[in-house]
Amino acid sequence: MGKYVIKRIIGIIPLLVVVSFIVFLFIHLIPGDPARLIAGKEATVKEIQAIRHELHLDEPIFQQYLIYMDGLLHGDFGESIKSHIPVMHLIGERMLPSIELSLLSMGWALVFGILIGVLSAVFKNRWPDYGGMVTAVSGISLPNFWLGLVMIQLFSVQLGWLPTGGADSWKGYIMPSIALGAGIMAMIARFTRSSLVQTLKEDFIRTGRSRGLSSMTIVFGHALKSSLIPVVTVAGLQFGFLLGGSVVVETVFSFPGMGRLLIDSIQLRDYPVVQAELLLFSFEFILVNLVVDLLYGFLNPKISYET
Amino acid sequence: MYDLLNVKGLKTAFKNNNQRVSVVNGVDFGINKGEIVGIVGESGCGKSVTSLSIMRLLHDTTGDIQDGKVTFKGENLLDLSERSMRKIRGKEIAMIFQEPMTSLNPVMKIGKQLMQGIILHLKYSKEKAKKHAIDTLKSVGIPRAEDIMNEYPHQLSGGMRQRVMIAIAMSCEPELLIADEPTTALDVTIQAQILELMKRLQSDRGTAILMITHDLGVVAEVCDRVIVMYAGRVVEEASVDELFESPRHPYTKDLIESVPKIGERKSRLYSIPGHVPNPNQMPNGCKFAPRCQHAMEICFNKEPELTSEEKRKHRCWLYQQNNVGREQNLGSK
Repeated sequence: MGKYVIKRIIGIIPLLVVVSFIVFLFIHLIPGDPARLIAGKEATVKEIQAIRHELHLDEPIFQQYLIYMDGLLHGDFGESIKSHIPVMHLIGERMLPSIELSLLSMGWALVFGILIGVLSAVFKNRWPDYGGMVTAVSGISLPNFWLGLVMIQLFSVQLGWLPTGGADSWKGYIMPSIALGAGIMAMIARFTRSSLVQTLKEDFIRTGRSRGLSSMTIVFGHALKSSLIPVVTVAGLQFGFLLGGSVVVETVFSFPGMGRLLIDSIQLRDYPVVQAELLLFSFEFILVNLVVDLLYGFLNPKISYET
Repeated sequence: MYDLLNVKGLKTAFKNNNQRVSVVNGVDFGINKGEIVGIVGESGCGKSVTSLSIMRLLHDTTGDIQDGKVTFKGENLLDLSERSMRKIRGKEIAMIFQEPMTSLNPVMKIGKQLMQGIILHLKYSKEKAKKHAIDTLKSVGIPRAEDIMNEYPHQLSGGMRQRVMIAIAMSCEPELLIADEPTTALDVTIQAQILELMKRLQSDRGTAILMITHDLGVVAEVCDRVIVMYAGRVVEEASVDELFESPRHPYTKDLIESVPKIGERKSRLYSIPGHVPNPNQMPNGCKFAPRCQHAMEICFNKEPELTSEEKRKHRCWLYQQNNVGREQNLGSK
């Protein structure tokens, strides 16, 4: 399996090159001239021209790409057009809160999603099932910004328990993670339920019962593992999206995450920042996918990674 | 009375579109210690449901036991709490199923599946359980048992998997093994090996076996006594020799008749005309009457009782005392 992982990681490199090229092209397709935005409304054509030259924007687009890649290969992501702060630094300070928030949201969504899913499957068509599925449907249907606003109103304004926003202490993570995780939890609950309901009909479950195993052992020791493949697939995808940051939730909670940085940079045509962020997202997504694939192998021993 | 298991008046019904349909309808039989008893019958005659009812394994179905007594070593299993029943399952009465391909957990190593029951029922430590598991695998004729412990079911062949199933069932030394069509999904040479193995386990350890099958060949091979079931009822019970030598019930005769014999060329294989009646449209009288070649008027009106004749039993008007039509009816075939 070690060999497989190394192969996959090496495979990421050409993928990233292709991604970088596509991202580069697309960013330059966005209408608007960063030089003009930087120079301001009063600037003369000459001044704008000078800025364009400084940023290599007057070169052919392929040339620009090569210049960018040259920097990248030397570990230089460039600096923000707007603030002249190195991109690495900008992203660096946003990345950690974003990753922490994603992990937290995913963590509780997985724990409660699976728990609700299991309860619903075991008590199929009885009240725990109805209760669980009402929770799940609510989680999917409630818009996360609304949930966020309601929570701010209740826990920050009325009760004063939690800060309205920011990531200064762990308390700042609680509400945004709930807002982000609710939908994912709901999805995981539904997938767990339907998958587990199927597994519980399998012959080996009856074998387990015929051996005197308790329902707890049968559900958690036998059925759950076989049921988790679809759950892992959804969770992996959702985690990838989470890492990209959520503009809406970050805005509601004024959370210093990647999502807002991305939107701000796109609005300013801050090419190097956008470029670096998108590359990072791709990298994270590919990495999450690799982990999901490895989990498949763990969950189903028939999937082998040899050859 | 039999000294291990007594089933009396067992009645199991399934819910179907809000209707209760009896699938097993007053089944009586028993098993002595160390005996191999077969239950034969066509698909849908209630033989599997009977075995699941004994084990009280109808959880995941719509079925439940309506009436009757299942006395195992003097204790009525139907009165036990689910908790006490779990101590019987796997320890006192073990079960193996038809499909070795799907009856093992595909994502758990064989060793772990095997050890789970041993630790649960025999309260062994992990090391002791492992040693016991390997010994059990060896005793059912599995080569390289140590390696198999760390393998998954999909790495084994069907015959090997059924051996593993038997090992799991025998690991806690049960007194009764219920085998529900254990060889149906296997090819003939493997079938013979598995039957041989079961016979050996029975003679070595004195385990009684309830063999559920539709295959009379299997019955002839391993069983001491046979129970023939039709439409949720016992229609005949006899020792294997008696049954094959002089079957009483016309259904039994037809079953024996419909087994193809090697070396005999017939233009057409014999099959019993008609179908097993649908449980919610049971005929009055004898349930086999509509398909029976010897059916008389009384057969359509009144169901015969299960009657003893020396050591055998049958449920047929042809053999009831005071039956006038007997001679001419038997002569007609």
